[in-house]
Amino acid sequence: MKEQLAKIRAEALSAFESVRDSAALDELRVKYLGKKGELTAVLKQMGRLSAEERPAMGQLANEVRAALEGALDAASEKLEAAALEMKLRAETVDVTIPGRQVQVGHRHPMNTALEEIKEIFIGMGFTILDGPEVELAELNFDRLNAEEGHPSRDWSDTFYFDEDSRVMLRSQTSPMQVRAMDSMELPIRILAPGRVYRKDEVDATHSPMFHQVEGMVIDRNVTMADLKGTLNLLAEELFGKGTVTRFRPHHFPFTEPSCEMDVQCHKCGGKGCPTCKGEGWIELLGAGMIHPRVLEMAGIDPDQWSGWAFGIGLERTALRRFKIADMRLIFENDIRFLEQF
Amino acid sequence: MNLSRKWLNEFVKIDVSDREFAEAMTLSGSKVEGTTDLGAEISNVVVGRILSMERHPDSDHMWVCQLDVGQDEPVQIVTGAWNIHEGDLVPVALHNSTLPGGKKITKGKLRGVMSNGMLCSLSELGLDERDFPYGVITAAALLNDYKPIDPAKPSIPADVQPGHKIFGPVVAAKVKEVNAAENGAWACTLSYAEQDGPTAAIVKTPCQNIHVGDMVAYDTKTGAICTLADLHAEQKEFPHCINDGIFVLQEDCKPGDDIKPVTGLDDHVVEFEITPNRPDCLSVIGLVREVSATFDVPYNLHEPVVRGGGPGVLPELLDVETPASDLVPRYTARMVRNVKIAPSPKWMRERLRAMGIRPINNIVDITNYVMLEYGQPMHAFDYRYVNGGKIIVRRAEEGEKLTTLDGKEHTLTANHLVIADEGRAVGLAGIMGGLNSEIVADTVDVVFESACFDGTCIRKGALALGMRTEASAKFEKGLDPMNTLPAVNRACELVELLGAGEVVDGVIDILNNVPQPWTVTMDPERVNALLGTDIDPVDMYCLLERVNILTKEKDFPNGPAEVVIPSWRGDVRRLADLAEEVARFHGYNNIPNTLMRGQTTQGGYSPVQKLENKLGELCRTCGYSEIITYSFISPTAYDKILWGREDFHRKSFKILNPLGEDTSIMRTTTLPSMLEVLARNYNNRNKSAWLYELGRIYMPGGEDHGLAIEAKILTLGAYGSGMDFFTMKGAVEALMKGIRAKDVSFEACTEDASYHPGRCAYVYSGSDIVGVFGQVHPQAAKNFGVDGELYCAELSFDELLIAHGPDPEYVPLPKFPAVTRDIAVVCGEDVTVGALESAIRKGAKGLLKDVTLFDIYRGKNIGEGKKSVAFSLTLRADDRSLTGEEADEDVKSILEALEKDCGAVLR
Repeated sequence: MKEQLAKIRAEALSAFESVRDSAALDELRVKYLGKKGELTAVLKQMGRLSAEERPAMGQLANEVRAALEGALDAASEKLEAAALEMKLRAETVDVTIPGRQVQVGHRHPMNTALEEIKEIFIGMGFTILDGPEVELAELNFDRLNAEEGHPSRDWSDTFYFDEDSRVMLRSQTSPMQVRAMDSMELPIRILAPGRVYRKDEVDATHSPMFHQVEGMVIDRNVTMADLKGTLNLLAEELFGKGTVTRFRPHHFPFTEPSCEMDVQCHKCGGKGCPTCKGEGWIELLGAGMIHPRVLEMAGIDPDQWSGWAFGIGLERTALRRFKIADMRLIFENDIRFLEQF
Repeated sequence: MNLSRKWLNEFVKIDVSDREFAEAMTLSGSKVEGTTDLGAEISNVVVGRILSMERHPDSDHMWVCQLDVGQDEPVQIVTGAWNIHEGDLVPVALHNSTLPGGKKITKGKLRGVMSNGMLCSLSELGLDERDFPYGVITAAALLNDYKPIDPAKPSIPADVQPGHKIFGPVVAAKVKEVNAAENGAWACTLSYAEQDGPTAAIVKTPCQNIHVGDMVAYDTKTGAICTLADLHAEQKEFPHCINDGIFVLQEDCKPGDDIKPVTGLDDHVVEFEITPNRPDCLSVIGLVREVSATFDVPYNLHEPVVRGGGPGVLPELLDVETPASDLVPRYTARMVRNVKIAPSPKWMRERLRAMGIRPINNIVDITNYVMLEYGQPMHAFDYRYVNGGKIIVRRAEEGEKLTTLDGKEHTLTANHLVIADEGRAVGLAGIMGGLNSEIVADTVDVVFESACFDGTCIRKGALALGMRTEASAKFEKGLDPMNTLPAVNRACELVELLGAGEVVDGVIDILNNVPQPWTVTMDPERVNALLGTDIDPVDMYCLLERVNILTKEKDFPNGPAEVVIPSWRGDVRRLADLAEEVARFHGYNNIPNTLMRGQTTQGGYSPVQKLENKLGELCRTCGYSEIITYSFISPTAYDKILWGREDFHRKSFKILNPLGEDTSIMRTTTLPSMLEVLARNYNNRNKSAWLYELGRIYMPGGEDHGLAIEAKILTLGAYGSGMDFFTMKGAVEALMKGIRAKDVSFEACTEDASYHPGRCAYVYSGSDIVGVFGQVHPQAAKNFGVDGELYCAELSFDELLIAHGPDPEYVPLPKFPAVTRDIAVVCGEDVTVGALESAIRKGAKGLLKDVTLFDIYRGKNIGEGKKSVAFSLTLRADDRSLTGEEADEDVKSILEALEKDCGAVLR
């Protein structure tokens, strides 16, 4: 009997080892471990054994059963793993076939530039302000210290709706300075983006309608150094760390001192090239300390409060930011253009 | 404003490169737009003296010249020009030289003869006769150059001999000798045979193309050598007798001299952008002051000195009245007698040219010169046309007529200021002189006017007449009244310097309204506080001194002090202006860069802006790309979108001075803008475009001082890539869902003229219409040049803001399973899915959680005029698992409602 068990064990283990598919494995299970299997047949002979032999033989038989069952499980797992591998191999795809198209919309590049500017200033506690485009000349000019006779008030420069030159299309976002001063509590930090209109024919760098962003701060002890620091930050956010800027005196009726900020030409690094017209610098924005007269007209005491303001053209910023060659592309809205951003 | 650096150097010596100069000036506030080296393109061109001339052996018109160009050996150059003679000084472009226009000159053979360069004409040097009036070339008609138009019928025989009669008194004559005479003329000894009388003559002629051996046409009656014009000949008959040739120099120069200083092309011109607050910088002297302050180098202005002594007594000759004294702060005038009109000297012409002014004659050039130097417009007029010797500066009479120097007649109003005599206007004050008092060749006595007129009056006058001139542009900015006297004296000094006339002693100077010098309190501490700097007060006063802003105190003070502002700095009125002056010369870039301190403010987006951002995000998620369109449109745009003639939405803000009709009114709808962009994409053959814009419309009727009601509209527009009514509706639904709008419903819209009447719907939130969408009317699409289907949606931002739901609140996830039941009902074709859905919701007994349409079927087995509509119903109870019986009961009730409300029966 001992020999019989050893023989079954050896035969079965070898058979499980070499089995190729799960049906064959099941047949082997029935053959060796089934109710009518070989092992059961041997165990049925147990009754013939003596009481002394029986425990030892019983233990041996159980060991053989355990071994066979263990081998059966192992073989089964092996087969399953092989089957899965086969299945996965059959499911292989050509990963270079293009994915199914998902149509995603794109933000207009000019508004992307605007979004970047907004984020910088919101982080500094600025409120975003919106205002009318059909505006009073009083707010667009008079309250900004551009008196009767200022060249920008000419009908050749500005669009008007009445013969008295009273209602106009705002030529700058600066009237938002006045609207903020008139309606908000001090201190004020505002950013006012929007459309502005000037009588320029359409070409690669001009459009009769374009966008500006006005920024203004009024607080106690605001300095020109603050203005410079803030605008340098803006330039770095827009054009990258290490962007070189310079400030030079300029004139705006509503700021004093006034300045313009240039950024060093990205093409030539300041040596002078066609992009910067040989100057090495590209004009980015105008700014200055709010003119005391403008504060006074808004009922703000310039001895107690000071402020700065800036205005930046969005189209040109977007053009520079994304290296777009022609402003007309901004308003053409060709989908092939829009999808690039 | 152009500035000649040579002129500048007369007053302040600055020896830096153009680039350094431009950079420094730009950083101190005088923005340089560009610099030009007038002679940049000219190199290796020198003065040469013609030593000898021989005719070219193989050409009938070329000369072989030997020239002294200051080198050891003469240089041989072949030229086709005939206006030169031995001994002439001419510009020589040597081998390997360059000329304007990128022209390169190298040596080479001309018809077999070596030529080591080129002799230059005025134009080849980039100059013209206005720069060098003596460079005008007059050609005689050389009979040896005659080419008959019709060879069979020559007007002059080929074998013409001296003495042959050409016509009338004109005979052929042989040139025996040519000698230089005065003023660039030539004396020619001619030989001709005539039957009775002399056969030889010495004739003076301005024609420069005559050489020994030439045959000329001699008019025995006038004693002149004939030009082409004299012979009524055409140029092609005398192909080489042209009024062009080599520039023969009459300058003080010698062979080998660089041509650039000789012709004034060694100057460099700087172009400035002058801001409107600094009219004083529209002059050489104004810029001298800025340059001096920028480089911290002192300047020396010239004090005009007039000898005077001209005949007559000024008060007896001239009287000035200014009845319009409010418009004439100051009127200054002097008189010059016995003027000799002539070209002005080279130095003056050079400077005018460098500054972009065309030289005309000495008197006109002087007025321009003084205007450039002092920034003070000057006017010179002919005294003999000032009737009664009296100048009256008055307002024009209504309808008064005046013809200005440009030959245009103007009808004036009382808003114009005129210079008049007792009878009539002789000039438009501050704008342009009158034709009736123009300086002409025989002018004898001249009045120089140097006045200060009211800027606003001049600006309005010039604007009304549409004639902005150099003078009016200066006056309208407001000029320094203190400038009129030195300017008129400078003009008179130049008259004497140029020998152009005799200046009468005395000045007429009427001061109606000349401002007193003003002072401003300088406070260094406050300036530092404004700039964020820590500049020493003494240094600040020092910087101000550079721009002539001076304290009355002996030493620079260490604290606040009064400073006196110079008369030309009308822009400096208060401390902020002084701060700018300090900052300019301290250097803007030397001001530190700091970030703001002070009270923190809460920034960020308002709820309105947040919704704008949200809508943009939703549109892009739905596959729509953002566009930006013009706010102004053409009035015909309303026709194109098929709006009725009387539609009140057509009432728009109209621009009175538009760029063109296409951009002349403010849109009251965004639809045409979107359609235009769709059409552009369509016509650019883009297969599909899905676009959106959150843009404004401008409705009249605003209460705020007559401004517009500026409402925002979210516009979607699309074609291609699976776009149809339901794709567009899907986007609208997604938007409404995205903003958590409550109670959204749709209703067919048949009355919007811009849309397909059967494919257009309103979207509601509750009972408010949020907007309209659908297929654009094919006719409207066609009007924009599109023959395919376009889809649009126009949603009111204000309505979206109202529909915008509150922040979401968590609803517990269902604990119990749902039961789904699919039903298909047959109903009439005219029953809408919306009505069926309503009936289903109405019939449900509280277990229905969701209704989803999944099929609409039409076919023979359903019957004519009927359709089968299939829904999937989801039923669930929140507190238990539903039994089949419970679900069936609800479905039964739903089916009853469908039958009752819609006549729909289970299929």
